[in-house]
Amino acid sequence: MIWNPNKECMSRDEMHSLQSKRLQKLVTYVYHNVPFYRNKMQAMDVAPEDINSIDDIVKLPFTTKQDLRDNYPYGLQAAPASEIIRVHASSGTTGNPTIVGYTRKDLAVWSEVMTRCLTAYGITRDDTFSVSYGYGLFTGGLGAHYGVENLGATVIPTSTGNTEKHIRLIRDLKTTGIACTPSYALYLAETLDKMGLTKDDISLRVGAFGAEPWTENMRHEIEERLGLKGYNLYGLSEIMGPGVSYECSEQNGSHICEDHFYPEIINPDTLEQLPYGEQGELVFTTLTKEGMPLLRYRTKDLCSLMDGECACGRTSVRMGRIVGRSDDMLIIRGINVFPSQVESVILEMQEFEPQYMLVVDRVNNLDTLQVQVEVRRNFFSDDIGSMLAMKKALGDKLKSVLSIGVDVRLMEPGSIERSQGKGKHVIDNRKLK
Amino acid sequence: MRIKQLSVFLENKTGRINEVAKILGKHGFNMHAFSMAETPDFGILRLIVSDADRAVEVLREENFAVMLTDVVCISCSNEAGALSSILEHLAEKEVFIEYMYAFAEGDKANVVIRANDIDRCVEVLQQCGCNIFDSL
Repeated sequence: MIWNPNKECMSRDEMHSLQSKRLQKLVTYVYHNVPFYRNKMQAMDVAPEDINSIDDIVKLPFTTKQDLRDNYPYGLQAAPASEIIRVHASSGTTGNPTIVGYTRKDLAVWSEVMTRCLTAYGITRDDTFSVSYGYGLFTGGLGAHYGVENLGATVIPTSTGNTEKHIRLIRDLKTTGIACTPSYALYLAETLDKMGLTKDDISLRVGAFGAEPWTENMRHEIEERLGLKGYNLYGLSEIMGPGVSYECSEQNGSHICEDHFYPEIINPDTLEQLPYGEQGELVFTTLTKEGMPLLRYRTKDLCSLMDGECACGRTSVRMGRIVGRSDDMLIIRGINVFPSQVESVILEMQEFEPQYMLVVDRVNNLDTLQVQVEVRRNFFSDDIGSMLAMKKALGDKLKSVLSIGVDVRLMEPGSIERSQGKGKHVIDNRKLK
Repeated sequence: MRIKQLSVFLENKTGRINEVAKILGKHGFNMHAFSMAETPDFGILRLIVSDADRAVEVLREENFAVMLTDVVCISCSNEAGALSSILEHLAEKEVFIEYMYAFAEGDKANVVIRANDIDRCVEVLQQCGCNIFDSL
């Protein structure tokens, strides 16, 4: 099923001309409303008049996460504050979160693209759909929520946590669809087991999984254990939230809503645009966004793009699976974590040596993060209570900065391996193959 | 009346206690008493050795986090109720005990006490005629 055939199945020529028109309008808009972009464009000697087609996008400057941080909180916002009706935030790497403001039209576009995803998964107004992404500053919960409402299906805003109650609701309300992280889906399967239930006791048939990397093996396991078909759902808060791209029944790459989000693949070192089929860093330009439009935002996600009409009838460009990151960001339980965030917290506390190690694992299908730190000799105490208080203080600080619970492990001074040159700070034991 | 106790910070890792014992042995320190306090990820090894000050230096050279803590060591008779009568005095005078460890053999029991207020602890123990070690 296709929600918006006009756009999703547009001929390539029409799409090219729509994207060109929208890019011209966007560039004029940010040039006059966002000093950051005006300065950048002037420095590159590019004016809005130089952009005549979507192919001219290569003349435009890139935007990075660092730019968003440097312009915290509203420096990149193009619309006046009176037009902003909602704000989301994603975790920042060194204190500043990334703030994204949405206008009423932005939210309408978000609902529209999210509805396209759900329709591609086979969800209709007859379905009951559980949104089990976190609700709040994170875009997952509310983003998916309004898509389900827009489609007209029944939304169950379960958010995360209280898994047994959640499963009872899935069973009793005959929930047919669910959106959550793939690792939470596996956790649901396990809890189902523990409650003495099987996939035959529930009616789930569609899962929209995203917000963290996952593999074909995880897909098969989730499908097998929950009795549903699992689809990829991609998005990022800087661009919009969930709904940027989605898998169709063919499951051969994820269709990008490219009338709103123009994708490019670049070589992360030379910043050159790469042709379809080549692997590189994924870059998005928000063609229609009003609140915080971004030119050529570098996602740091590594993948490739595919063109050509899909057997499902859609003509939009598809992105392959994310194969990695061009930076050191970790995605833990759907939350972005940078080792530098942990480092800055540790450096602030004089009780610890500036040596640390992040150990990421997946236990019972849930990601875990252990932070190992060395206690400074002169802060060691014979009193276990004060040692545990030191450990808790670090854990609390990390939790408030990272937004996820952390298992702090106090280590002996000198026990964490020192490396020559670039320090190795992460051990990722998750098997994502 | 105070005895210097060594406290060594140890990760929960097989063989770590032996590392300490080996180093102390190699340098000719004799251990008189020790106990191990543990949490899920780390432990504190508390020991009383001959020449605590030098033992601290040696362990620090080997990169251990070590500190000295004052404790009181007493000896009481190894019979039912002996310890209780001593502790009763301490409690009465509001001396709080953070931890203690002990070992009894023959007709004597030796007890190491770490109190929140060591001076007061010593004073109370002296008043009740308890046998306090000057050194071990």
